[in-house]
Amino acid sequence: MTVETPKYRELGLTDSEYQLIVEKLGREPNDVELAMFSLLWSEHCAYKHSRKLLRRLPTEGERVVMGPGENAGAVDVGNGYAVAFKVESHNHPSAVEPFQGAATGVGGIMRDVFAIGARPIAILDSLRFGELDSVRSRHLLDGAVRGIGHYGNSIGVATVGGEIYFEEPYEHNCLVNAMCIGFAKTADMVRAAAAGVGNSIVLMGASTGRDGIGGASVLASAELGEGDEAKRPTVQIGDPFEESKLLECCLELLGKGLLVSLQDLGAAGLTSSAGEMASAGGVGIDIDVAGVPLREADMEPFEIMVSESQERMLAVVEPGRVEEVRAICEKWQTGSAEIGTVTEGGQIRILRDGEVVGEMPVEALVDGCPLYDLDPAEPDGWIYGNRETLAPGAAPEQELLSLLSAPSIASKRWAFEQYDSIVGSRTVRRPEQADAAVLQLPEAGNAIAVSIDGNGRRVACDPYEGTVEAVLECAQNLACVGAEPLGLTNCLNFGNPEKPAGAWQLDNAVSGLADACNALGVPVVGGNVSLYNEGPEGPIYPTPVVAMVGELPDPAQVAGSAFANEGDAIGLIGPFEPSLAGSELAKQRGELKMGLPRPDVAAAIAACEVVRAAVRAGKLSSVHDVSDGGLAVAIAESAIAGGIGCDANVEHLRERGAQPEEALFGEGPGGFLVSGDRATLEELGAVLIGTVGGEQIAIGAGDRSLSVSLAEAESAWRSLDPA
Amino acid sequence: MIWGILQFPGSCDERDALHACELHGDGARLVWHESRDLDGVDGVVVPGGFSYGDYLRAGAIARFSPAMEAVAEAAEAGMPVLGVCNGFQVLCEAGLLPGALLRNVELRFRCHQVELIEEGTGETLSIPAKHGEGRYYAPEEMLDRLEANGQVAYRYADGHNSNGSVRDIAGVTNERGNVLGLMPHPEHAVDPLTGSTDGLRVFDRLGRGAFVNQGLTKAPRG
Repeated sequence: MTVETPKYRELGLTDSEYQLIVEKLGREPNDVELAMFSLLWSEHCAYKHSRKLLRRLPTEGERVVMGPGENAGAVDVGNGYAVAFKVESHNHPSAVEPFQGAATGVGGIMRDVFAIGARPIAILDSLRFGELDSVRSRHLLDGAVRGIGHYGNSIGVATVGGEIYFEEPYEHNCLVNAMCIGFAKTADMVRAAAAGVGNSIVLMGASTGRDGIGGASVLASAELGEGDEAKRPTVQIGDPFEESKLLECCLELLGKGLLVSLQDLGAAGLTSSAGEMASAGGVGIDIDVAGVPLREADMEPFEIMVSESQERMLAVVEPGRVEEVRAICEKWQTGSAEIGTVTEGGQIRILRDGEVVGEMPVEALVDGCPLYDLDPAEPDGWIYGNRETLAPGAAPEQELLSLLSAPSIASKRWAFEQYDSIVGSRTVRRPEQADAAVLQLPEAGNAIAVSIDGNGRRVACDPYEGTVEAVLECAQNLACVGAEPLGLTNCLNFGNPEKPAGAWQLDNAVSGLADACNALGVPVVGGNVSLYNEGPEGPIYPTPVVAMVGELPDPAQVAGSAFANEGDAIGLIGPFEPSLAGSELAKQRGELKMGLPRPDVAAAIAACEVVRAAVRAGKLSSVHDVSDGGLAVAIAESAIAGGIGCDANVEHLRERGAQPEEALFGEGPGGFLVSGDRATLEELGAVLIGTVGGEQIAIGAGDRSLSVSLAEAESAWRSLDPA
Repeated sequence: MIWGILQFPGSCDERDALHACELHGDGARLVWHESRDLDGVDGVVVPGGFSYGDYLRAGAIARFSPAMEAVAEAAEAGMPVLGVCNGFQVLCEAGLLPGALLRNVELRFRCHQVELIEEGTGETLSIPAKHGEGRYYAPEEMLDRLEANGQVAYRYADGHNSNGSVRDIAGVTNERGNVLGLMPHPEHAVDPLTGSTDGLRVFDRLGRGAFVNQGLTKAPRG
């Protein structure tokens, strides 16, 4: 005997959620309404397991122009200009179809940015895959990198930075987080709230097809598992040429003041755009699906309402200006159709040729989804695997080379050279030239720096401290180029929040994020949450990807990470206390376990201030944040980048309780490796650890002292370059 | 001189070219692809990007635009015309330049700083390249003729020909020498902060007729 599953369950709603919908409507929903509710009440759209936690985050600050709730956050950069930014995940689509998944991730995040009237000027991406010896991971990496390049390059927005980590727990469920930075005259920016009863709703851009139906609920809000191939039709297909025209068209319309408000169509398509616009404006909306230009003639109203066809925007326009708007759309060869009106009364009504086919209160649809409390419980120990790839007792030289060639540490030139990193003429520091991307803003008379970071392995060891470290890492990267943080955005990539361990990771990570932001005084201006990142073998490493934007007065003063001059002194600034816990070396030895040392956050922030001031004053020849692989790897990276060796000694770290091995390869926040004039470094309070020069990278560390040739180190660090 | 920069749907580097031309000349303006009138400019840049989405074939649709008809006439009259990257592809499709641009030998888009050798002077320029279809190709006998006529303007320096172009060719001119196609981007090499200023030299040489084949024609105006 088979029992038929109710349709609402197939669409991802629980029994009690369905009952609540019936209560709010006063009747059973029809197919159109059920489809719309199932999407807006999905985890992806409603944040039902994370919204309560996110209230902990600080969101206010003097420089905040737009905060959470808008399509993207924005901060003031002076002279009447603002910088908008947002990061968003496209994990599950990329795990199913990496090229289109990553491409449409980039397309979607750019629409979020130009929806508020900012011209996209840069893209960054944060990627996670399984280990590179897996065929699946190589396939996903190759597809995702080509997809990001395809979309960004074709639309003419520079991809200026990012990071890629390779770890076993991402084998089944890769992460593709894309970030877009936009630049706008503050006065030209626009919000997403619909306003003005009687105003027209105009749909612009591509026509609507059956692609991506149910993407938010079916793909993004459930664990991956067997049969994912069959989900390929839920992955959207991107067309950067359509987006390029739509982008120019929208910016021209906004520049001419022709739009009352603007919203992109992303997850859940017209349903979420129309719903969110109405909710934000406290109005109702009528949409007649007969007016929507279709790719296939026989689409049902519910399909039109939930289609995730790409490259579409929804605008509110005063009735008298619709013709002007449509003329500009025609100039840019992009579609436009008047599909509805703003109404009084707070109902969203779906019509077909004037006949009502669905009607529900906006409040119930957009804000009615119940929010859940988590049921966190700390796991008993390390819930992920350990794989030994480096034999115990290896010589220190061998350890250094093994770390430099580790895919997560090695040069990512192979990937970033597939991206146009210079279009727009703003890129002052290209990928791997400095710890943060630097973009000049001649219009505002200054520059911004951007960093994106999130080491999932360390967060898995300690969700709270690991997340604090991710925020500090971003702040340190900004300090390396002389930038002061203005705002932060994030993408919280976690496993199933309904499982106690997943809930515990999420809960602690959000607390760490909140505390670190408060300590730094940096507001969170937006964010995105991606849950249910699990495969058959278990959850991903908890991965809060943190992205920070900072400001610097003079891009000409930006230092790089490369050693520059023979004879320069090398110094260490900051409260760096290395430990092998959660380190790349511990990973390679198969010795990962729970726990990270507690860092001195205030001292790390003070060190950022010292470095920032020194960079701005042009006092340093090079500056590089000590990160993955520890001090020895940081030294080798600065040497390789500069094409010049060094003679260093890290034994003084014994004073901070570090054994020689920890001094070389231990990790932890708060360390800056700098080079420059000896007296200047002493003035800055740096601990002097060596001298730049020669062809060898020699590092004294007691019985673990090592020396490798520059060429050998570079060859290891270039392990990902094509032969 | 006043430069005009064509703007197609899907152009990417038109604002960068506009900025470079403003630095080089006495002014610069964008010319919409539907305009049959070049609005009195003294030189034209066909910029990089993905005109009309590069559908069908890179540059294949853009060549039929009204603005390109005007460019073809102006080129015939001797006006300096620079096609960069996608613009080079458009000029080849339009028959204003010899040869064709094929997919990079490694079949991947690549963005990196390259060194170019200027034919004749031997000067080395550092200019970024970024393309997926930049492998210059022409039949052997045509290449011999181009070299004999002095139509090869720029070659990749040793170790910098990453796209597999024949005879390391990065840029060629038409027979007369007033139309130049270049795969790397001189408009992205006009500011020391973003990497190099060597690109200005390309605008300068084209603008003052340095590539014009003295034996074949008189110098262009401007």
